[in-house]
Amino acid sequence: MRSRTEKTLIYALLIAGTVTFLFPLWWMVAVSLKTPEAAQAATVRGGIASLVPTDPQWHNYPDALMQMGSVRWTGFLDALANSVVVTILATAGTALSSSLVGMAFARMRFRGSRPMFLVMLGTMMLPAQVTMIPLFILFRNLGWIDTFLPLVVPAFFGNAFFIFMYRQFIAQIPEALLEAARLDGQGWFGIWWRVILPLTRPVTAITAVFTFIFTWNDFLAPLIYLQSDDQATLSVALNSFRNQYGGITKVNLLMAASLTTMVPCILLFLAAQKQFIEGLGKGAVKG
Amino acid sequence: MATIELNCVSKTYTGDVRAVREATLAFRDGEFIVLVGPSGCGKSTLLRMIAGLEAISGGTVAIGGRVVNELPPKDRDVAMVFQNYALYPHMTVEKNMAFGLLRRRKHGGISGLLFHRAERRAELAAIDRKVLDTARTLGIEPLLARLPRALSGGQRQRVALGRALVREPQVFLFDEPLSNLDARLRIEMRAEIRELHRRTKASMVYVTHDQEEAMTLADRMVVMKFGVVQQFGTPGECYARPANRFVAGFVGTPVMNFIEGRVDGGAFVAADMRVTLPAARWPRMPAGPATLGVRPDQLRVLYRADAGASSTAADGASVAATVRSIERLGDRMDVAVMIGGTRMTARIENDDRLVEGGSVLVHIGLGAAHLFASGEDGARLGDAHDAG
Repeated sequence: MRSRTEKTLIYALLIAGTVTFLFPLWWMVAVSLKTPEAAQAATVRGGIASLVPTDPQWHNYPDALMQMGSVRWTGFLDALANSVVVTILATAGTALSSSLVGMAFARMRFRGSRPMFLVMLGTMMLPAQVTMIPLFILFRNLGWIDTFLPLVVPAFFGNAFFIFMYRQFIAQIPEALLEAARLDGQGWFGIWWRVILPLTRPVTAITAVFTFIFTWNDFLAPLIYLQSDDQATLSVALNSFRNQYGGITKVNLLMAASLTTMVPCILLFLAAQKQFIEGLGKGAVKG
Repeated sequence: MATIELNCVSKTYTGDVRAVREATLAFRDGEFIVLVGPSGCGKSTLLRMIAGLEAISGGTVAIGGRVVNELPPKDRDVAMVFQNYALYPHMTVEKNMAFGLLRRRKHGGISGLLFHRAERRAELAAIDRKVLDTARTLGIEPLLARLPRALSGGQRQRVALGRALVREPQVFLFDEPLSNLDARLRIEMRAEIRELHRRTKASMVYVTHDQEEAMTLADRMVVMKFGVVQQFGTPGECYARPANRFVAGFVGTPVMNFIEGRVDGGAFVAADMRVTLPAARWPRMPAGPATLGVRPDQLRVLYRADAGASSTAADGASVAATVRSIERLGDRMDVAVMIGGTRMTARIENDDRLVEGGSVLVHIGLGAAHLFASGEDGARLGDAHDAG
């Protein structure tokens, strides 16, 4: 049993940590509910007093969504639809392809599998900035610029980190289970779809949540590959609150819009939380 | 139901590890075959080659007269029961059992869904019926809605049996299916499997390292060691006429006693004994080193005051021995005795007069004894029994 002091200390640390992490979020909430002037003042002067909204301007939220992009409402709805399409495709693509490749590395014996696995792991060491320009040139030559393809297609070729995670997990599934499936008339694809995928649900939950959050919030790739306004995703559309010199004129609306775009990520995390946390701590499959 | 023919079947792993060496065996239709041997003898590899889970390095495997070397497991029409059950953990018992059938439907694909809906429904209903019937036979009907993790070991094994049974394959393969169960359940399931075979008359190949299981289940058994088939015959044959010293030692409990010695002038001579070999059984035995093998039930322990003197008789020999230990089994007892430097076990009727450390006379009966060429795997030296 821990002593009372020890417990108090642990709680104090946890509370301090929570406050530190929640502070920016609360600041966003506070600013999003202020009038334009108060918000401007708060961003310039700061101060504890400005953290408590005295006269909450709830209409900032619909206003923000309405004013996003160049056309009223349409900008937001377009961006929302774009984000949803890109994110769902990228998430599904990453989970499906990573588990398929992970199964191949874990279960299939083929010449060169080890070197190939090492090369794949090696790609994790490569910073994204290094491949940015070659990738842009590649996609331009393919005629994919200003389409969703550069954001979606690469997802269907797996992600090194998730492949690694799937491989480790699948390697622990008893071999006899796959053999039973082979005797039951399954080919490799059937084994993957009907046995491996259902058994790797925790890894799929992690892959889905991480990929969803990353793709939903990704700013750089949509900014590089999408050029027309009606193709913009939410993260790019938020940029319309900046003026041409890079300054932010309506900071309260930017915060309101930013908070709104966070909602799907939070909901998804809450929904997948059980699977997700189980997956983080779980290394074995019950045989 | 089908015959299985193995012709010079070999399995070589990388690094020249030979798991199975040129096994040539023919299993009859509807026969219960047990592959038995110590771990690493290649019995599971042989089974897996029949199943198609292991590539065949040499020779051919034929099921029902058709060579299946190149066929994937799903096309061989075999079902297998695994040691660790291998039930799909995410499916209920019912789905586990139906899985193989669902995948083999004629109208299972999209075309069935779109164009042959009536046939599709009929197929699904037939599968449901089959699963239910099989579950009833095995007494697992109340478990159909449960997940495997909510079942006990015995129940899981029953479900695994059911999953194989429901498919009505040509051949059933069992890979040590009872070794994860406790002793009592094992005996129960053993009887159930035997009964299942009697009822279905299906061809079954069963792998075990437990010779007792092999003896009780098999119509014929294959005794293997280091990838080589040592003997293929009925349990009775393997017990009564073992091909070599290994089979003799492997089959039967307690293990056969072996005495190293030599054949000399129509007699077996060891350090402290000399037994005349009946010429009727071992005619014209050439002189040379040999091993005498005697089953524990062929030894009689004589409690006699004049222990110390050895005598020979036509049906065996009595030799002085010291009691080393006594294990009481209830109705009988196993007595370990030392004859010279050799430890031997006798299985005898209860005898309260025996004490550990006491001197006794042990009568070695030659009625069911065997002579083997010297060495660990020495072949049985031909006796007149074989002539018949």
